[in-house]
Amino acid sequence: MSALKAIIYNCRKATYLTDKRMAGKITFKEHIELRIHLYGCAACRLYVKQSGKINEMIKALLKSPAANNIRLDDDFKNRMQVTINDELNKN
Amino acid sequence: MISPPTDHQLDPKNWVKAYADYLYMYAITRVNDEEQAQDLVQETFLAGLNAMSRFEGKSSERTWLTAILKNKIIDVYRKRSSGLKTRELANAEGEVDDFFNGHDGHWKEQYAPQPFGIDNYDPLEGKELNGILKKCMEKLPALWQSVFTMKHLDDEPTDAVCSELKISAANYWVIIHRAKLNLRACLQKNWI
Repeated sequence: MSALKAIIYNCRKATYLTDKRMAGKITFKEHIELRIHLYGCAACRLYVKQSGKINEMIKALLKSPAANNIRLDDDFKNRMQVTINDELNKN
Repeated sequence: MISPPTDHQLDPKNWVKAYADYLYMYAITRVNDEEQAQDLVQETFLAGLNAMSRFEGKSSERTWLTAILKNKIIDVYRKRSSGLKTRELANAEGEVDDFFNGHDGHWKEQYAPQPFGIDNYDPLEGKELNGILKKCMEKLPALWQSVFTMKHLDDEPTDAVCSELKISAANYWVIIHRAKLNLRACLQKNWI
């Protein structure tokens, strides 16, 4: 099977290149191959869209401001303070 | 020898009050485990005390402590994934092979992406689906979660993630791809 034919029929490779393209760089040749595949493959065109959306969602989730309300337990803090004081007094 | 003037000084008596919450939040968003995050904060302070003589005053106290914590988090990532690496990749191979036909690499009919709610979903507005995403992410192997967290939360470049987690660039892309395929399938299945 020629390289061109291989990518035209290969969704596994096309989705791999899609994620690699989004996250970093793919070669010019890979870029062309991907374009050709996507031209003829509706399922992978949808994958491109959804994969990009998932990246946005992950970023929004991880950076969500809800995390700013997290506080460390006071008892634990007090114990840490004691440990630190002990360490400081050692020296 | 006269040391250069420095702007920043260390005041360890004040660390808990000033930085414990910040460091805890930093840790918990990255290791996703309360107890482990607590331990990491404590270890960071103790390591800081031992390394005080090496503080040059070039960065702020908080930045300096955060850098110590970050190294400890990377150690956690490494520990979580050591030994599992080969097995996780092998398992993933199996999972990915389930999505595509072995002979031609085409989507299996039942796994081909379908349109679903995600297509018009605005992640900045709708927070209610974050729970589903979270559950789907928790199903991923530990190493993959580490890669995702470093990549998306800290915007770390690929080569930094690879060297910190000791994986090859080829493995990195394979992990990103497989994690994404699994996440997408999980979201499509569980989307309300």
